[in-house]
Amino acid sequence: MNDTHHADVESHVGTYIKVFVALAVGTLVTVLASNLHLGIILGIIVALIIATVKGSLVAGFFMHLVAEKKAIYWVLILTATFVVAMVGLIMFSHEDQQGRQQGIFAVPAAHVQVPQEGQPTGGHSE
Amino acid sequence: MSAAIEIPYNSTERPDTGLYNAKLGVWLFLSSEVMLFGALFSTYVLLRTGSETWEHGAQFLNVPLATINTLVLIISSVTMVMSWASLKMGSLGKFRLYLGLTILCGAIFLVIKGFEYAHKFEVGLYPSTSTFMALYFTMTGLHGLHVIGGMIVNSYLWGPGSRMWQTDPQRFTNRIEVAGLYWHFVDLVWIFLFPTLYLLPGK
Repeated sequence: MNDTHHADVESHVGTYIKVFVALAVGTLVTVLASNLHLGIILGIIVALIIATVKGSLVAGFFMHLVAEKKAIYWVLILTATFVVAMVGLIMFSHEDQQGRQQGIFAVPAAHVQVPQEGQPTGGHSE
Repeated sequence: MSAAIEIPYNSTERPDTGLYNAKLGVWLFLSSEVMLFGALFSTYVLLRTGSETWEHGAQFLNVPLATINTLVLIISSVTMVMSWASLKMGSLGKFRLYLGLTILCGAIFLVIKGFEYAHKFEVGLYPSTSTFMALYFTMTGLHGLHVIGGMIVNSYLWGPGSRMWQTDPQRFTNRIEVAGLYWHFVDLVWIFLFPTLYLLPGK
């Protein structure tokens, strides 16, 4: 955008106003949708879709990503890769832990020894 | 004897990347910010999915105030980009008007947030109250610090920093563009924070 000329900038101003209106409408739609009691899953999906659309408008037009240089796109691709890896590792770790408690790694209840009151929990007894 | 060494590509773009220094620098900084807030959003998802129950934020957070705050930040993003456009069109006066409005919007956002925090403390809601409240205060608090940081930078560029317009207008315009990139990012984070904390249903 550094080489943008005067006339180009004037034409952008109209776009900025349209994006502002879209963002304001999107905000109100998000609030209204949350009052529709769509249920947990659908409620989350609808809210995040609207937020993603709004975020894309901000990034695309206010941050000029619709017409940016390749180097910036590569930086963002690298960032997205690391974010996905971070979130993915956390989720896998979480699922693995839950799997150990409930899933295929769970210890069968019959094999779990619950210590009785007064009974030593381990080690040497006389 | 010693001649001042000028750092290249402060005003002009590098021929290979097509970017001036500050623009590449601020995008790399924003990448680290994405990781920071990404970690917090991951924490939210992890704690939420691992909990038997989860609060519906709207039950005890003030949705109307947060909606107003969302609109305030969106307006501030428009005025920020308009301040850059004003410099592109050669008007320092309009730049000052729009950047001043951006700073004002930031202040309004923080005042409203301050009212929200004060009310939470009044009714006994603290970060230690629940996992949800801990996340609420951590995420909105960190976001608020970013708003304060942006206001400090913008205030400098509105005041003493604007003297550069007389000596190197292209470089000053570039500074406003990168300050704007940061400000829009702060707006973008709030666009996701608002539904996540205030609107998503509980379980």
